[in-house]
Amino acid sequence: MVENRPWLSLLTHLVLMVGVIVVVFPVYLAFIASTHGGGDFMRGVVPLLPGPHMIENYTQMLTEGISTAGAPPLWRMLLNSLIIAVIIAVGKIAISLLSAYAIVFFKFPFRMVAFWIIFITLMLPVEVRIIPTFAVVANLGLLNSYAGLTLPLIASATATFLFRQFFLTIPDELMEAARVDGAGPIKFFRDILLPLSRTNIAALFVILFIYGWVQYLWPLLVTTDSKYYTVVVGIKRLAATADAEPQWHLVMAAVMLAMLPPVLVVIFMQRLFVKGLVETEK
Amino acid sequence: MLSDVAKLGTRRSQSKNKGVSMSKNSLCLSIGLAAVLSATPAMAQTEVTWWHAMDAELGQKLEAIANGFNESQDEFVVMPSYKGTYPETLTAAIAAFRANEQPAIVQVFEVGTGTMMAAKGAINPVYSLMTDNGEAWDPSGFLAPVTGYYSDTDGNILSMPFNSSTPIMYYNKDVFEKAGLDRETPPKTWAELETMSRQIMESGAASCGFTTGWVSWVQTENLSAIHDQPYGTLENGFGGLGAEFTFNGPVQVKHWDNLKKWADEGLFQYGGPVGGNDAPPKFYAQECAIYMNSSASRAGVINNAKEFEVGFGPLPYYEDVTNEPKNSIIGGATLWALSGKDPEVYKGVAQFFTYLSSPEVQAQWHQDTGYLPITNAAYELGKEQGYYEANPGTDIAINQITRGTPTANSKGVRFGNLTQARTVIDEEFEALLSGSKTAQEALDSAVERGNVILRDFEAANS
Amino acid sequence: MQTKRTIFPNKWLPYALLAPQLAVTLVFFIWPAAQAVKSSFEREDPFGFRTTFIWFENYSRLFADPGYVNSLTKTAVFAVSVTLLSMSLALILAVAVNRVLKSNRAYTTLLVWPYAVAPVVVGILWWFMFNPTIGIAPYLLRALGVSWNHRVDGNQAMILIIVAASWKQISYNFLFFVAGLQSVPQSLTEAAAIDGAGPFKRFWTIVFPLLSPTTFFLLIVNINYAMFDTFGIIDATTSGGPNQSTNILVYKVYADGFLGLNIGSSAAQSVVLMLIVIVLTAIQFRYIERRVQY
Repeated sequence: MVENRPWLSLLTHLVLMVGVIVVVFPVYLAFIASTHGGGDFMRGVVPLLPGPHMIENYTQMLTEGISTAGAPPLWRMLLNSLIIAVIIAVGKIAISLLSAYAIVFFKFPFRMVAFWIIFITLMLPVEVRIIPTFAVVANLGLLNSYAGLTLPLIASATATFLFRQFFLTIPDELMEAARVDGAGPIKFFRDILLPLSRTNIAALFVILFIYGWVQYLWPLLVTTDSKYYTVVVGIKRLAATADAEPQWHLVMAAVMLAMLPPVLVVIFMQRLFVKGLVETEK
Repeated sequence: MLSDVAKLGTRRSQSKNKGVSMSKNSLCLSIGLAAVLSATPAMAQTEVTWWHAMDAELGQKLEAIANGFNESQDEFVVMPSYKGTYPETLTAAIAAFRANEQPAIVQVFEVGTGTMMAAKGAINPVYSLMTDNGEAWDPSGFLAPVTGYYSDTDGNILSMPFNSSTPIMYYNKDVFEKAGLDRETPPKTWAELETMSRQIMESGAASCGFTTGWVSWVQTENLSAIHDQPYGTLENGFGGLGAEFTFNGPVQVKHWDNLKKWADEGLFQYGGPVGGNDAPPKFYAQECAIYMNSSASRAGVINNAKEFEVGFGPLPYYEDVTNEPKNSIIGGATLWALSGKDPEVYKGVAQFFTYLSSPEVQAQWHQDTGYLPITNAAYELGKEQGYYEANPGTDIAINQITRGTPTANSKGVRFGNLTQARTVIDEEFEALLSGSKTAQEALDSAVERGNVILRDFEAANS
Repeated sequence: MQTKRTIFPNKWLPYALLAPQLAVTLVFFIWPAAQAVKSSFEREDPFGFRTTFIWFENYSRLFADPGYVNSLTKTAVFAVSVTLLSMSLALILAVAVNRVLKSNRAYTTLLVWPYAVAPVVVGILWWFMFNPTIGIAPYLLRALGVSWNHRVDGNQAMILIIVAASWKQISYNFLFFVAGLQSVPQSLTEAAAIDGAGPFKRFWTIVFPLLSPTTFFLLIVNINYAMFDTFGIIDATTSGGPNQSTNILVYKVYADGFLGLNIGSSAAQSVVLMLIVIVLTAIQFRYIERRVQY
């Protein structure tokens, strides 16, 4: 920081560490649970230290997979989740960039109507429109397909809203300078706006990837072919039992494995953050 | 791609007149399916989709049954598909039906029976399905309480019994011994349960006497059945959609009063939301010595009760109300065949149902899972095999559900929107426990709110 | 509503840019939503065989039901608490991370990571942590003399779901605050420091106003999250209980529609919920966005 205030730095670290402990604790718990044997924690207070069964639990999940009851092996479900998450993240970012650009940088009839139509998608809960959405998807012949799994989820407005916020902060001088140089709207978008938006795109990619990754209800409804199962459907299958007891150690091992790809995305995207920092100095 | 072709073929043929173009339908289906099922070379098998809610180990056993059928013949292939919990599976089936994408068979929990029975246009009733397709069909071979629950007013069975359960009592033999009680004697009556719980707590062997899952199903519906008390008018709802709740009678009020008294004293601990979802850990952690829940929890209970021995017993009753407790009632689920598929498919469904109810398959399923054996023949087979002798406590459920002569009050309950009614009961019970209502007030309020729900169902379905 | 002063003059290009999102929105959202609104005026059986038009009866029943009014108040308490808690904690952590240059990446990864836990699993983890029998939290609370039983105590149940729902959002808010903080030019804060402003003053007079577009975005998103996306966590921990003390509006929609299969009432409730949020959002855009500095 600018001046050297050691006590403030100490406080900062303290705050961060407490924050990390509080925020990461439930995940830590899941990890602990995945290293113990089955039934170890329905019998007393959940232990706080890792147990001895880590290797065997994880191997069992990766090889047999959640092969109880016809689910495909874990790697296949991970692949499905990956494809869906990437399609959703890229799809949403792409169409939202275009829409936000149109709404902020142009004036045309029905501009505000368009904005509110897009924005309203945030406001009606999924559960209520799920049966009609299913009917639409079925009528389009998109059941049991990646298109059916992803298209309805691309309809939301968070990304458009975020980009709108960011675009509004772009100084008018930049635009005027571009126009003076003879750059049309498309050139401006590609050469100036996009690079500036890099940090936001990175943050959104993390969020949207995870959003796509953790989908449960929609994939459950729209697929009957088990080869399209996502990781979360597989995990819930283990965890929500009608009359029997779930095997928590295996469930938690699957949960930890399912969290690895998103973590990698987070780590990778952070590099773009730092780069963004340097470039947005206007 | 290919699966889309198959689906288009199926959908087009569904909209044609079924009777006339049967061979064309089969051809369409066969071509589509032959393309999809490349695993079975050169076999044009009719696909029978089966949506279910069995996961983890139960799901594995279910798939074993499907595989067994598939391997025993080559005309049909049953494809089971897990669609979530019971409510999720039902919603999925409804959504699919409305989009004309329904499965051939769907597993629906007993609470959804009212909804399914009222949906006459959506179901293909089992009794006519079987006879239409030339399969032997003898309803008397099934366990009487099971068939009674799933038949219409004419006595025709509408859905195929598959996994039925009934609640029983589990107890901790080690804690009993530590408290100075006899390990092998569970309490028979509520009075005994009260004294035993007190002794257990006073001796320090455990910090709580008993807990229960499903307050609505176990402590209200089953209570009423066992003590021959009415739950609702029109024969507990079997007689028609105009039924009303009447479970705020003296016996139920007395029992809820007792539960509150015992909760205050600490003898009884309430196990959490939805009437008891959090009860199991209390038993496994040896916090509570006695635990009442579905007979199908048996496998899970034994697995998790690693440090103590589990005993089994029938549910307790009030000896000042009756000397001859009646049978307990059904839980679990059955299989419903949905309408709108090709006749070929129903032939496969019928054959599969025959396979499913064969003594060997049923006995195996029952022994593996703790669900009741659906047919008398399966029960006999298990006895022959010596299964019940080798595994004490496994026949408690079936003995309890077949004891005595059933009356109109012990046949079970059939009401539409029963899920919502049960939620109301859970909420009123929670109000009782928190002290804001007496037992009579809570039950009266539950009846009143429940009747509103019933009238809604009646209006929507007539 | 804010707009830019300078714009591009093209006439057809904006429509072309908007087309993809509008198309997806119309087909996969507006059309099903219209169906849902239509259902709210009808009474039908789950399979759709008998549908009767009943005007506003679903709506009038809602407002006559004391449970629904209870739900409204619970939702207000819940939404405000979750938004305040998760946004303020996230902001503190984001500012802290911004100061610490060296271990910045490690902290950020750790703090964003919990967002990757699927909602269905989050509920299960909180169930574990707060379970009166086997949970670590009641164990610690007992040591401090607090008896924890959220199955019987409605206030404790509400605290539980507020904490569980906020937890999930902290990571989300944190990530966007960090991104937002990074676009605050260092030259401004340096100049202020040279002028003698301390770190806290710098924050409130410079950083926070410049962060306001992000803050506004997060405010709307968080309220949305609390109102719409939290039924999973509630389902896994308290299921709306005990005795409806955590039965917020969206959970009621889920319970009545999905579990109870009462399509008409559930649709009516969703429409009311949607109208509430639209009004809230409109208010925010009109009165709060004025304070946002673009």
